[in-house]
Amino acid sequence: MSGNKDMELIDENGKRLDGRDLDELRDIKIETGILKRADGSAYIEWGKNKVLAAVYGPREMHPRHAQEPSRAVVRARYNMAAFSVPDRKRPGPDRRSVEISKITSEALEEVVFVEMFPRAVIDIFIEVLEASAGTRCAGLTVASVALADAGIPMSNMISSCAAGKIDGHVVLDLGKNEDNFGEADVPVGMVPNTDKLTLLQMDGNLTKEEYEEAVEMAMNACNEIYEIQRDALKTRYSTTLEDEEEIDEDIAELQEEE
Amino acid sequence: MSENKNKTKRELLLPGDVIEEGEDIKPGRGTFKRDGKIYAAKLGVKTFRSGYVNVAAQSGRYDPKKGDKVIGTVIDLNSSIWMVDINAPFISILHVNDVPWRVEYGDTASYIDVGDAVLIRITEVDELKKTQVSMDEEGLRKLNSGQIIEIAPSQVPRVIGRKGSMISMLKNYTGCRIFVGQNGRIWIDGDLEGQYIAVKAIQMIEEKAQVVGLTNAVENFLKEKTGKDLEDSDK
Repeated sequence: MSGNKDMELIDENGKRLDGRDLDELRDIKIETGILKRADGSAYIEWGKNKVLAAVYGPREMHPRHAQEPSRAVVRARYNMAAFSVPDRKRPGPDRRSVEISKITSEALEEVVFVEMFPRAVIDIFIEVLEASAGTRCAGLTVASVALADAGIPMSNMISSCAAGKIDGHVVLDLGKNEDNFGEADVPVGMVPNTDKLTLLQMDGNLTKEEYEEAVEMAMNACNEIYEIQRDALKTRYSTTLEDEEEIDEDIAELQEEE
Repeated sequence: MSENKNKTKRELLLPGDVIEEGEDIKPGRGTFKRDGKIYAAKLGVKTFRSGYVNVAAQSGRYDPKKGDKVIGTVIDLNSSIWMVDINAPFISILHVNDVPWRVEYGDTASYIDVGDAVLIRITEVDELKKTQVSMDEEGLRKLNSGQIIEIAPSQVPRVIGRKGSMISMLKNYTGCRIFVGQNGRIWIDGDLEGQYIAVKAIQMIEEKAQVVGLTNAVENFLKEKTGKDLEDSDK
């Protein structure tokens, strides 16, 4: 957010550095169920970002003093791989990743039916393999797909996207240079069913009008991303259902032994 | 295997999808109600049962339900209870009053010890998800021989098959005693060759769950491996 005026981020045709329009997303590709040992998992490629999410649980919370007697704890851990950025990132949690872990946990907690699993924890591991601006949104988006894949009961998924300001224009989904040399960045996480926001941050300065435009732009993009999330889950599971055997809830009576 | 192929394709529901509107149907397992509409809370397909609409989960961990028969492993014990891992988020409790023997106080370990596998029924799941199990019923017992394998709990209906077709086929071909716990643990006992084939067949069911004509594929596999052909006696 240096607001560097020397760098030209929008050309005379109104296109951005990577040829996108002002309100255009980068390419997004999501895959689910890719980790065998996790209860649920998903992988996202969002422009040049590559992010992996794994969900474990609900399971018993350890350490036990962190248990909540009446509900489950949603514990997300955002982590960047050492090789995820051009200069090696010093491994381990730092101030930034602790913050992102916290806001991701809180954003997801809003949709998960935590009261169904007292004393439990739902662990979400978000591993950024390659980073190129917008990893917190990519992480939140892919984590909610992994939660659905893990069969966690929740009221809806969460879709997330950022908007910002570069060269005096409000734009959607900032890329690496736009993030570094732009004027503002507003990541938004939304519950598509209700249009409620569960994540909203702002880095840089915007006027009230610009802010409102940015949030609306990001919310529209979230609806687009929601469809991509749904498609990812549908491609994985609908094949399973084509020739589905009768789902019999009375299997207890059928499993006559011997 | 003259299966009716005109089955209606079941629609996959994702968390937050609207299932039903209306007052005459009640929200059941895997659903929630908001502003008069019933939504899916889990990824799955809908089923109807006695006035309730449920979502049968297609993925995820085992969610204990009263009445389920499951296979558990004893992980701890004290003078009057055993603590049993049933592959659920929490450990369940087996009390000495719920076993078929009269156990002297403090003598629990001589009946069932840590590491033993038991076939049990879930008798109680309270609002705090504390789970009680019982072994005091015909057919429930300690499992002394054989082996236990694990599959995803959502795949249990496939291993059982429609009206138990898949499981009885497995038993007939391999000659094994097989029990499928609803928590996704499967107990297999019999001669080693049969056990091996049964394990391979179950793994095949889990991996190829989406293949069209799974029952036939498994039957061919079993025929090839066992050298038996029971197709005629099956019908």
